[in-house]
Amino acid sequence: MTNSSLSSYDEMLDADGFTRPAYAGYCEWLKQQPPELLRRKSGEAEAFFRKTGITFNVYGNEDAEERLIPFDMVPRIINAAQWRRLSRGIEQRVRALNAFLHDLYHRQEIVRAGRLPERVLKANKAFLPQMAGFTPPGGVYTHIVGIDLVRTGEEDFMVLEDNARTPSGVSYMLENRETMMAMFPELFTKVRVREVSDYPRRLARSLAACAPPAANGHKPVVAVLTPGTFNSAYYEHAFLADQMGAELVEGSDLKVENGRVAMRTTRGWEAIDVLYRRVDDDYLDPLTFKPESVLGVSGIMDVYRAGGITIANAPGTGIADDKAIYSFMPEIVEFYTGEKPILANVPTWRCAESDSLAYVMDNLADLVVKEVHGSGGYGMLIGPTSSRREIAMFAEKLRANPENYIAQPTLSLSTVPIFTKAGLAPRHVDLRPFVLVSPQGIDITPGGLTRVALKKGSLVVNSSQGGGTKDSWVLDD
Amino acid sequence: MLGRSANGIFWLFRYLERAENTARLVEAGFRMALTRDAADASDEWRSVVVTLGLQGAYQAKFGSDYAGSNVFNFILRDRDNPGNVLSMVEQARHNARMVRTGITREVWEAVNESWMVLKEELARTVTETRLGGVLDLVRRQSTLVRGAMEGTMLRNDIYYFARAGSFIERADNTARLLDVKYYVLLPSVSYVGSSLDNVQWDNVLRAVAGDRAYRWLNAGRMEARGIAEFLMLDGRFPRSLAFCYAQLRDYLDRLSDEYGDRLETHEIVARTHQQLKHQTIDAVFEQGLHQVIGQFIAANNHLAQQIQRDYRFTE
Repeated sequence: MTNSSLSSYDEMLDADGFTRPAYAGYCEWLKQQPPELLRRKSGEAEAFFRKTGITFNVYGNEDAEERLIPFDMVPRIINAAQWRRLSRGIEQRVRALNAFLHDLYHRQEIVRAGRLPERVLKANKAFLPQMAGFTPPGGVYTHIVGIDLVRTGEEDFMVLEDNARTPSGVSYMLENRETMMAMFPELFTKVRVREVSDYPRRLARSLAACAPPAANGHKPVVAVLTPGTFNSAYYEHAFLADQMGAELVEGSDLKVENGRVAMRTTRGWEAIDVLYRRVDDDYLDPLTFKPESVLGVSGIMDVYRAGGITIANAPGTGIADDKAIYSFMPEIVEFYTGEKPILANVPTWRCAESDSLAYVMDNLADLVVKEVHGSGGYGMLIGPTSSRREIAMFAEKLRANPENYIAQPTLSLSTVPIFTKAGLAPRHVDLRPFVLVSPQGIDITPGGLTRVALKKGSLVVNSSQGGGTKDSWVLDD
Repeated sequence: MLGRSANGIFWLFRYLERAENTARLVEAGFRMALTRDAADASDEWRSVVVTLGLQGAYQAKFGSDYAGSNVFNFILRDRDNPGNVLSMVEQARHNARMVRTGITREVWEAVNESWMVLKEELARTVTETRLGGVLDLVRRQSTLVRGAMEGTMLRNDIYYFARAGSFIERADNTARLLDVKYYVLLPSVSYVGSSLDNVQWDNVLRAVAGDRAYRWLNAGRMEARGIAEFLMLDGRFPRSLAFCYAQLRDYLDRLSDEYGDRLETHEIVARTHQQLKHQTIDAVFEQGLHQVIGQFIAANNHLAQQIQRDYRFTE
């Protein structure tokens, strides 16, 4: 998907080619750096990542079992005032998401009030009847959230997606900063950038604050559940467990004993209080969900409902990051907070509605059409870059099953320069800030993960499709 | 710590130790082969293959042709040999990834780097010209990992399991070498004072990096009984059975202190350690070197299995 960069908002340079204030300090430093030094550093960054083993497994690609996500050395910079507004918007949205989840699994007031059609919930696989009537410890559903933001102008940030299941990428946020600080230490003495490195400590604290009744006031035992070394995000699972001082467990380490979920340690079975699981709902409990799953623990759902363990994020939160639900987020935010949403949604047509479907069918060549339950940039139509034939084929699928799709306009995403052999060149970016939720409050790490489309003009930033990442800076006041 | 992690780290260090010892063995074999005629060289390579327990797999591929470059390529990098050095290092790295939370960043990076450089070096056939450099690399990387362990790891259960893995493997490797080469050390068949003996003995010592130490301790006096005693019973030499067991007992005792329990593991290690401590080389030869070594290998295996049971390595 390409888009003329001319019409896009560039975050570093204004329309007249002058440096915007947020980048002033950085650009001043940059001017003094010899070009060959920067080229050499770029090579160093890759060697650094290989050495530390920050890799990313691509599904269905045997040869490249461990691939690096390319890292670009030009930081993405957000000024303090912009960040304050973003944080308020993110906090409002996350608060609404949790209230919404609680409501969905209890009285469904929002449906009764006629603000959300019942059909969106019915037959939605992400809705777990097992969660109905149950309130997770501390009332928290989404302990960790990633809110994907895109920008189209100076003040125009929009939410592209809410990741409420098991958002990944936070290890890149942390390692990108480490890499930048290792490569350009003096830069950080010239520009004051807000710290991100205490994220793991904050995560540990936030998870511990959600301990279940069974923890009985003791220091909670936290463990990270991973599907194993072959999972694409294994590096991150290990990284977070390591940084939190938590055990990294697999399904085969766990069993239910005396009403608790316990891990097999060298000293015997030890009960777990909070399980930060990086395993999908479907695989969590073979007794409740997929019977063939070996990634989860038989009986964990019973323990959960009896207050024996906290599962983070709670099972069934996937319903909140469903794209059909996404289109209702403005209503959802207003319904539960009583306020207008601070952050806008990307305009979205719900193909389930006949007026919208008609519009979408007429304008396929200009729209992006996504599967309601899809993710990672798969199974979508990008109108402007598709051939007539592709569009015609997609139109058939759409007509056959309209409620499976939503459509959005092709956005002119903002750009930030990357280093290329020919010098700086603008590329489209998005931003995923990471948010922690506990009964003590909502905690947003300043910045997040900036993903960047490395191909000129491309709007696809997904790492599974050749995107890269950047260090993301929030300037100190 | 998790039983699975204990298993992972125990084997991580067994694999690394085995890779290093294999490199030493190949190095000694190579040096020996250089000084012999073709038939003797081939005998020498055969004995290296036998020591590593690879005879079946090797013969399935090459029959009884023990040409040097076939042998060392088979040992170092051949995919038909599941126990090749590269796959050991690969396995070690896989385990390190699995127990990533139990090791420091420096240890992880050292293991990861070992895998990266060896993968590159062993991507193509190793020639006689390159062999020295490759073997050197295996040893150096192993030293790097050990150094990172020594300098950065907490002294707790994780470290003790790692060390237990290293010394179980080292004791096994030294014992296997003795088992295959025992005839060289038997007084009955040695041509006393012949230069052939000297070379053979020297080679056994070299294979465990003990040639200099032995000469220094014994003022250059080469003698079968002395060498056997050195490799089995001399607690000063870091690849001797006695040394390995003193270390094993020490680390397992510390584990017992940390956990506050004494298990079957501790009885077994204490027993074998006592035996080695009070053993004399005369008694060994009286009972039969081959038999004593055979019993030791079995006891060492038994200890490894008991550790895995006592500490719930698997379900």
